Amino acid sequence: MKAVAPLVKAVSSGLGLLLVGWLLWQWLGWAVWRAEFRADAAACQALQHQGACWGVVAAKGSQWLLGRVIESTPGQPWQPAGLPLTLMLFGLSWLLSWPLAIGLALARRSSRRWLHWPAVAFIEGVRGVPVVTLLFMAAFLLPLLWPQGEAPALLWRATAVLSVFSAVYLAEIVRGGLQTVPKEQSEAAHTLGLGWWATQGRIVLPQALRAVLPALTSHAIGLLKDSSLVMVIGLHELTGGLSLSLSGDPVWRAFYFEAYLFVGLVYALMCLALARLGRHLEARWPQAL
Amino acid sequence: MSTWDFLLQPAGFDIGETGLFAFEATQPVWRALLVGLGNTLRVSLPALLLATVLGLLLALGRGSSSRSWRLLSSGIVDTVRLVPLLLQLLIWYLLLVEWLPDANEALPLLPRVWLSKGGLAFPWPAMGDGEWAWSWPVQDTFNVQGGGAVTPEFLAVMLALSVYTGAFLAEVFRSGIEAVSTSLLEAAETLGATRWHVIRRVLLPQALRTIVPATTNQYLNLVKNSSLAVAVGYPDLVSIGNTTLNQTGRAVECVTVMMALYLAMSLLTSAAMNAFNARQGLRGGQP
Repeated sequence: MKAVAPLVKAVSSGLGLLLVGWLLWQWLGWAVWRAEFRADAAACQALQHQGACWGVVAAKGSQWLLGRVIESTPGQPWQPAGLPLTLMLFGLSWLLSWPLAIGLALARRSSRRWLHWPAVAFIEGVRGVPVVTLLFMAAFLLPLLWPQGEAPALLWRATAVLSVFSAVYLAEIVRGGLQTVPKEQSEAAHTLGLGWWATQGRIVLPQALRAVLPALTSHAIGLLKDSSLVMVIGLHELTGGLSLSLSGDPVWRAFYFEAYLFVGLVYALMCLALARLGRHLEARWPQAL
Repeated sequence: MSTWDFLLQPAGFDIGETGLFAFEATQPVWRALLVGLGNTLRVSLPALLLATVLGLLLALGRGSSSRSWRLLSSGIVDTVRLVPLLLQLLIWYLLLVEWLPDANEALPLLPRVWLSKGGLAFPWPAMGDGEWAWSWPVQDTFNVQGGGAVTPEFLAVMLALSVYTGAFLAEVFRSGIEAVSTSLLEAAETLGATRWHVIRRVLLPQALRTIVPATTNQYLNLVKNSSLAVAVGYPDLVSIGNTTLNQTGRAVECVTVMMALYLAMSLLTSAAMNAFNARQGLRGGQP
């Protein structure tokens, strides 16, 4: 039995090496050697999908990345789309969710019942439903609040809903951080004559947020990825913009796959940048003991 | 007339796949929503199972002693976690409907299992002549006939959900096992416990305490994420709710029904998890 183990190990190791090598070989062949990089539709079609057509990125990439997906018509205001819209939705809803999240976290920890229970109900309620249904709310229900006048544009309603969605998850992370700060810290601050707001803002929150920095990073990455869901209600951010610009294009619509891979790479790079920023902050900001 | 009366009126639309239910356009709206809920569960439950298996395999791969398996598993886990689920779903759907063979020359995946643009056909028990019997799919002139079948939309949603959740579960499993201190395992070995005993009595009870809550969270996310099915036209609860909303114009009621059903599913799962956790947490004594 003991003598067989190294043999099994070697075979498994060899099989793994073969598999990785084969996948790499196939991928390089398709994505590099047989690929067409110029925006030459005829050359791309001649490949018959045996090689990647990165020409679709050369032809359309700047539209997706600069957000020139929707043709501007005279008289119509400029509509954000593509990557700028993704960044705007993500940045705005992340920023807007902070005040709400801190308020919800403090309310949930409060000993006052009229603060505690509404916060619990709100957080668990929003966490219990899919983002898509919240976005439907933005698309179909929020306009009903303006029966006479004009409701804010879908873009702003979507931003509001994403902020609330982000805030409830953020609130739970902040609450987890608050639990790590010992009670003596706020008692000491109180003894020194600091008021409740100063104690929370200067003593408790900085320590709490530092403790949950890794969770804050993955929350931001999740929000960036979830911003793609606004496509379902007809906003053309990076994912939706790609679909819009290819669905009506008889030449390039055959190369959706390459376009998806490129946009996936853009998302991956943005997420990696956020992860890196998080690790940088962790190193720069020493953790309290 | 009450606002909720529309639930009793005929739906007026057909549903592409209805799973275990039968549905016609003349049946009431509530039944259409029920079919949608059934479809949500029908795609989520197999995906839960597949995601768990994938998660275990990926976690094993990352802990493997062979570098190539480690490289492959961490490559998959990291890539999958960096790309939005919606984009992954669109990619799976594109692959299934573009690159699979047509239904008149389906790909025999296993004996009696056919894969094509028409979907996946597999043996399934069917009621015939008053008794249950296996129905076997066969390749016909134009498509695959007989057996059980699922559409490419179903497959795309199931695969996207399984792979995405599987990658997150791999991390949950790995960190749960790594959280158990090695000195405890060494202590158990010193006391003469066999390898199997160490795993069964020392490692798993402690690892499960962190793994179970995080896994339940991932399972809940999977069920909620199945709502992305609307993007590829799989008739899940949200798709049917959306269609109903467009047909009847009852925005408040339709969105409320969707949210209430998801909330009920989430709360039921959370309650079950808390009960399980309370039991697990009490045993062993350590907080």
